[in-house]
Amino acid sequence: MTPTTLFFLLCGLSLVAYAIGRRRALATGAASGGLKRLHSRPTYYGLLAALWCAIPALIVFAAWQAFETPLITELVVAELPESIRSLPESRLGLVVNDIRNLVAGNIVAGDIDPAMRQAAARYRSLQATSHAALAVIVLSVGGAGAFWVRQRISVRLRARNQVEAVINWGLIFCATLAIFVTIGIVMSVLYESIRFFQAVPVTEFLFGLKWSPQVAIRADQVGSSGAFGAVPVFAGTALISAIAMLVAVPIGLMSAIYLSEYAGRRFRAVAKPLIEILAGIPTVVYGYFAALTVAPFIRDNGALLGLDVSSESALAAGLVMGVMIIPFVSSLSDDVINAVPQALRDGAYGLGATRSETIRHVVIPAALPGIVGGVLLAVSRAIGETMIVVMAAGLAANLTANPLQAVTTVTVQIVTLLVGDQEFDSPKTLAAFALGLLLFVVTLILNLIALYVVRKYREQYE
Amino acid sequence: MDIVRRGLAKRYRAERRFKAMGVLAIGASLLFLAMLFVSIAGNGYTAFQQTHIRLEVSLEPEAFEGISLSAADYAGLVKKSLRRMFPEVSGRGDLRQLYALVSSGAGYRLREMVMARPQLVGQTLPLWVPADDDVDMLIKGHFGGEASGSATRLSDSQRQWIDRLKAEGKIEKRFNRTFFTTGDSREPELAGIRGAVAGSFFTLVVTLALSFPIGVAAAIYLEEFAPRNRWTDLIEVNINNLAAVPSIVFGLLGLAVFLNFFGLPRSAPLVGGLVLTLMTLPTIIIASRAALKSVPPSIREGALGIGASKMQMVLHHVLPLAMPGMLTGTIIGMARALGETAPLLMIGMVAFIVDIPGSLTDPSTVLPVQIYLWADSPERAFVERTSAAIMILLAFLIVMNAAAVYLRKKFEKRW
Repeated sequence: MTPTTLFFLLCGLSLVAYAIGRRRALATGAASGGLKRLHSRPTYYGLLAALWCAIPALIVFAAWQAFETPLITELVVAELPESIRSLPESRLGLVVNDIRNLVAGNIVAGDIDPAMRQAAARYRSLQATSHAALAVIVLSVGGAGAFWVRQRISVRLRARNQVEAVINWGLIFCATLAIFVTIGIVMSVLYESIRFFQAVPVTEFLFGLKWSPQVAIRADQVGSSGAFGAVPVFAGTALISAIAMLVAVPIGLMSAIYLSEYAGRRFRAVAKPLIEILAGIPTVVYGYFAALTVAPFIRDNGALLGLDVSSESALAAGLVMGVMIIPFVSSLSDDVINAVPQALRDGAYGLGATRSETIRHVVIPAALPGIVGGVLLAVSRAIGETMIVVMAAGLAANLTANPLQAVTTVTVQIVTLLVGDQEFDSPKTLAAFALGLLLFVVTLILNLIALYVVRKYREQYE
Repeated sequence: MDIVRRGLAKRYRAERRFKAMGVLAIGASLLFLAMLFVSIAGNGYTAFQQTHIRLEVSLEPEAFEGISLSAADYAGLVKKSLRRMFPEVSGRGDLRQLYALVSSGAGYRLREMVMARPQLVGQTLPLWVPADDDVDMLIKGHFGGEASGSATRLSDSQRQWIDRLKAEGKIEKRFNRTFFTTGDSREPELAGIRGAVAGSFFTLVVTLALSFPIGVAAAIYLEEFAPRNRWTDLIEVNINNLAAVPSIVFGLLGLAVFLNFFGLPRSAPLVGGLVLTLMTLPTIIIASRAALKSVPPSIREGALGIGASKMQMVLHHVLPLAMPGMLTGTIIGMARALGETAPLLMIGMVAFIVDIPGSLTDPSTVLPVQIYLWADSPERAFVERTSAAIMILLAFLIVMNAAAVYLRKKFEKRW
């Protein structure tokens, strides 16, 4: 029996448990003088039986699944001939892989040794035994749980309270998942980064001026210095983000002001969703547009003006990224501008100010903290944006402030270092995690400041 | 008074300038939006047609003697019929150029036909086979009219043959079915999006199945049950922060935890769905909380008043009323997950995969990653296919967002 069928069987079993529990409750109620003598409604007794059937069995199921493969592998390896077992760690891994492929019936590279064949057969039989044992254990645990509840059903059993307690714990678990995700991110990135910083000193990473993450495989290899100075990468990220913000902040802010202060209801109803479409377009589409249309356009026009523009210029990526961020800035500023009380505006009009004067001298200063918070969120998004820069910005880590040259960014480096096959012991792949850690920390700080500012500001006028 | 009046004209000018700047800003964003759509649609609409060449293939019985139907040399039959159409061509180089006119997939197309209807053997049948991508581009005029031979990657004799085929009506553009029915391929004329769409589908199924229940449960707890204390505050800050963490960081998490620690298979929709679940959870939680907040307290008090427990009040009364809002948020989260690329690159969904995935653990790719892969391909014909794939992706997104807007409009209640 495969684990999938077993899973569905278990679901079926808990449905049966539900029906049994409910019937039993109805019978108990009828025997002791009417349904209303029961503490809870019959459904709750059924649910209690189903929960007791499913939850312990599922825990056993999950634990078994987690430990099955390593245990079987361990047993099979222990029975391999001495010549294979004494192989180094990495070779042994390959052998185990071959055995697994044999088990799955895939084609195996190289010729098949009889010892391997035997191991595969052993693996298969162990797997079959394990599956059978799992099926027996899971189903009997489920059945026992359901039976236990059935025996306990009486007029006084507080089934509703018990079911609700279980649901409550489920809700708490789901809510705390967010914390586990954050911990997971920090742990995974931090762990690999620490390994990286054992190979490359932190100071070199943070202040080094040369980035070329190729590490020599052989000692005599040419052109593989393995320099991990991330300053050019940071500079490239900053340059592209700055261009993006130069595009997004004025346009986004002005659109928000126009939409909330000048535009009529109908214009607003049309223009606002249209601008927000920009936020819904996948970034890979922007990247394609930047690489295919914008970058050649800038290069050709630059050539007409006699400028030497790289075909992967920071300008193209930054411009398109800016456009992507416009709706972000505009909708956040729209919110805060709308939160400014009308009384402030009326006061300014009463003093004889024109609309633009009111906006510039009263509304914007009043909304400024919120706008700054929104801009910070937008900066954090620009720094973390990946696809546009992967497709439109370069790989070469130039330390330059010229927007017409190619630069690279943190996210581009993470993608190039980690896409494809990788070994997890070279500083080259570990460097990606160090960059990821940095990216996470920087965006975390920006987000926390921005969220704090926005939240504090919102409370001010409420 | 005079001072005010003197400044007035200037102040009104400033007013108009300011207003014009606002219009300009909106105009600029809308112009860009229009440019984006026009450029994608202009590049992509041709991909829905594919140039086909008509061949008279004679399925001589000798070709099938002694071997099974599947093993016959179908590519050879296609080549033979090409030779019959252009009997004057000889010499290895010229012949190779001639064979290059039709796609290398023509033989497979023929094989499929014969396998489906074995009685065709011995007959001569007319067959429309896809042309090579260079021919396709020439017919579609992507090489700029009378460009020289070198720019088109086609030799002068090849162009003459194409002109002759055109004059005989044996070359024409037909609806590109291949694009919708096959997986990826190195040959543009054989590449399709079916595999990527299937991969996206499986990934989204996993994402939806996990993120919707978990997100709604988390929202219910935080909105209805959580005590106001440090722990709850911590959870809230975490959720708000996760909503703004760069997506690629989730990819790193997926790589380190799901692939390296738990040893789940690479390139599998299951892992992609798990990563996207973590990413969309904050969106769904935030939207669901907003929906729960909008249910008026009178409903809760009414339910409690007639003797419901708190859990019954939430599950039987508040939740159904908040459901449309939650669904809207979920659809928007799913739309975002559908367009997401970066985290999936990290967990190996960028592999070149020809087969159409059939389960949650088959290696597969997704639509946005397919776009990324094609955008990197050098062949000219992939440009239009990339744009066409983008059009499909945008169409899916538009449908999803329209559904969300419709739901919101239909069930929106002012209490």
